[in-house]
Amino acid sequence: MSLKLTKKSFSNSFDKLKEIYTIYAPKRSPKQGRFCDTDIIKYDVINSSDEIVFNEKSNYAAKEVLSPITETLFYFTDNEYRAKKIAKKPILMFVRACDINAIKRFDDIYLKNGGFVDSFYAGIRENISFALMECPSKGWDTCFCASMKSNIVNDDEYIFGIQLGEEIKVDIKDPSLTEIFDGSQITYHVPVVEENLISVKIPMISNKDVQAKVKDLDLWKEYDKRCIKCGSCTIACSTCTCYTSYDMSYTPDSNAGERRRINASCHIDGYTDMAGGHSFRPSAGERLRFKTMHKIHDHAKRFGGEHMCVGCGRCSDHCPAFISFSTLVNKLSVEVDKLNEEDING
Amino acid sequence: MDNILEPKPYKILIVKKLTAIEWLFRVEFDEIEKINYGQFIQISIPKIGEAPISITEFNAEEGWIEFLIRKVGLVTNVLFELKPGDEIFMRGPYGNGFPFDENYRNKNLIVVAGGSGCGPVRSMINAVNNNFESVKNMEVILGFKNEECILFEDDISSWEKKSNIITTVDEMCKDGNCSLGLSSGLVTEHFSKLDLSDLSNVEIVIVGPPKMMEFSAKEFVKMGVPEEQIWLSFERKMSCAVGKCGHCRVDETYVCLDGPVFNYTKGKYLID
Ligand SMILES: Cc1cc2nc3c(=O)[nH]c(=O)nc-3n(C[C@H](O)[C@H](O)[C@H](O)COP(=O)(O)OP(=O)(O)OC[C@H]3O[C@@H](n4cnc5c(N)ncnc54)[C@H](O)[C@@H]3O)c2cc1C
Ligand code: SF4
Ligand code: SF4
Ligand code: FES
Repeated sequence: MSLKLTKKSFSNSFDKLKEIYTIYAPKRSPKQGRFCDTDIIKYDVINSSDEIVFNEKSNYAAKEVLSPITETLFYFTDNEYRAKKIAKKPILMFVRACDINAIKRFDDIYLKNGGFVDSFYAGIRENISFALMECPSKGWDTCFCASMKSNIVNDDEYIFGIQLGEEIKVDIKDPSLTEIFDGSQITYHVPVVEENLISVKIPMISNKDVQAKVKDLDLWKEYDKRCIKCGSCTIACSTCTCYTSYDMSYTPDSNAGERRRINASCHIDGYTDMAGGHSFRPSAGERLRFKTMHKIHDHAKRFGGEHMCVGCGRCSDHCPAFISFSTLVNKLSVEVDKLNEEDING
Repeated sequence: MDNILEPKPYKILIVKKLTAIEWLFRVEFDEIEKINYGQFIQISIPKIGEAPISITEFNAEEGWIEFLIRKVGLVTNVLFELKPGDEIFMRGPYGNGFPFDENYRNKNLIVVAGGSGCGPVRSMINAVNNNFESVKNMEVILGFKNEECILFEDDISSWEKKSNIITTVDEMCKDGNCSLGLSSGLVTEHFSKLDLSDLSNVEIVIVGPPKMMEFSAKEFVKMGVPEEQIWLSFERKMSCAVGKCGHCRVDETYVCLDGPVFNYTKGKYLID
């Protein structure tokens, strides 16, 4: 069922939703942006419908709700481990189509990889429901979700769709919510972004030998000088899941402390360091290659589904060296076509 | 639902100093029936951290497992301060381990191990040594930096009773004369002494530093051993050991889940 709502009526509905859910949405923090006098839009708990930022793309992805930058896993007292308690209240997240697809990539890793289920992630994940926010017809300037097939969300993956612009329209998918919304009936369904301003051609790597040759492409060397190994792209990425765990004591002589995990980045020094001083992928180009291949090849190859990258474009938005991920992937596609051809012709 | 990241406490039973920086720890353990040769455990010390360590031996009847631990950093430094009776925390076993029943049984098993690479292969060599009928034959080459670095001398002398065991040191032995039974030179220099007369029946396990594994595997391939019959055990930085943290990933492979043991047909691509 779809309804057209007044601002006031939506605000009332929001308050009713708040009784059931803890609500997360993209929220503006004035003057906390990366450049002076810019705002930052990131996911946070919101208390009123006015706080939802609808007309802009959030600077940071929805993943932070499920995988905070730092997260306590265990508390130690003397020699005991006590796992963090996970709040049981249901969570409602206002997200875009790419966000829902990104969280499905998280599920691949945290719920499926190796048959091991991460309890901390699972505990939050099972409480989450999505409200699907409509995007502008072609998304924003760095988006390429249509190329990554993350523009599409199944009807059963969200509880209502919403347009929060000049007009407020909702498309209620979960029948139990009909009591919450009050408005006049219309026909409305969140439209799919069929095409973006940019499109990306994903390289088709034909076999293991071609995959190995991709590592030696000259293409990566260009980035040795440009990429400064800052890791901003992976922090902003909708689907980067990597972390490092570390322990701490509350005070130097106390028996109490915590085990935490903190987001890790394959772009940053130390990611592969081993005892004896050995590490892998020392150059910036090699690291960019590792990340790129993860996003548009390795993950899909492992899990047999869609690519990890959902085309949100946040890596390009955040890169201080103005490295455009979509441009890089298109360049790689040209090189891989050549490698595939060489491979066929021997 | 079990929390896969939560370790459990276990008591240290014995600490034995093998070299200055490599000690053997025997620790109580209760899930020994799950263990396969070459798997590893996450050892954890509250407020310090966690580290993956190979199980070098296990005994189901007596309820213990052993680790060969090199003192290199945060967790291992603290381990070297502990004594029998103290508790450490563990979770595991993790990784695949060596496919002994599927691939090595009734074969000519050749094991090449370098330095602390002896850790992961020791339980399998001991098991074969105790039940020699499980293989057609076993030969072992052990490489160490110098005489002081030699590990598991007791085990080696018991293996020598049944198998061709070549123990070699990289640095020339003192005064150019090696002690009884000791050779010098890199492990690869001794491959010609192995019985490779029936190439179809041989299975080769190589564990050691990355370069040693690479050169050894290439040398065996040159000598006519099919790639499918060569096995390597990899080491990567790990944080979670359960396929979540990403540190050990190479392409679509997670070393903590799909390894640490890889057939060479796959392992040769795991370069980075
Ligand atoms: C599958 C597997 C099996 C293993 N089996 C064994 C085994 O049987 N025995 C064994 O002794 N080891 C084994 N290891 C290796 C062991 O896990 C590592 O040596 C581990 O790092 C030790 O932990 P630690 O906390 O003591 O050292 P860490 O504190 O983690 O330090 C280890 C090394 O990491 C680097 N490092 C750490 N922090 C920094 C930093 N801030 N800056 C720069 N460099 C840094 C250094 O090179 C240092 O030497 C195994 C590893 C794997 C993956
Ligand atoms: S390997 Fe790199 S690109 Fe992949 S999830 Fe981890 S940090 Fe992100
Ligand atoms: S690609 Fe850009 S954002 Fe990512 S690590 Fe390199 S410089 Fe930083
Ligand atoms: S060690 Fe964490 S993914 Fe393998």
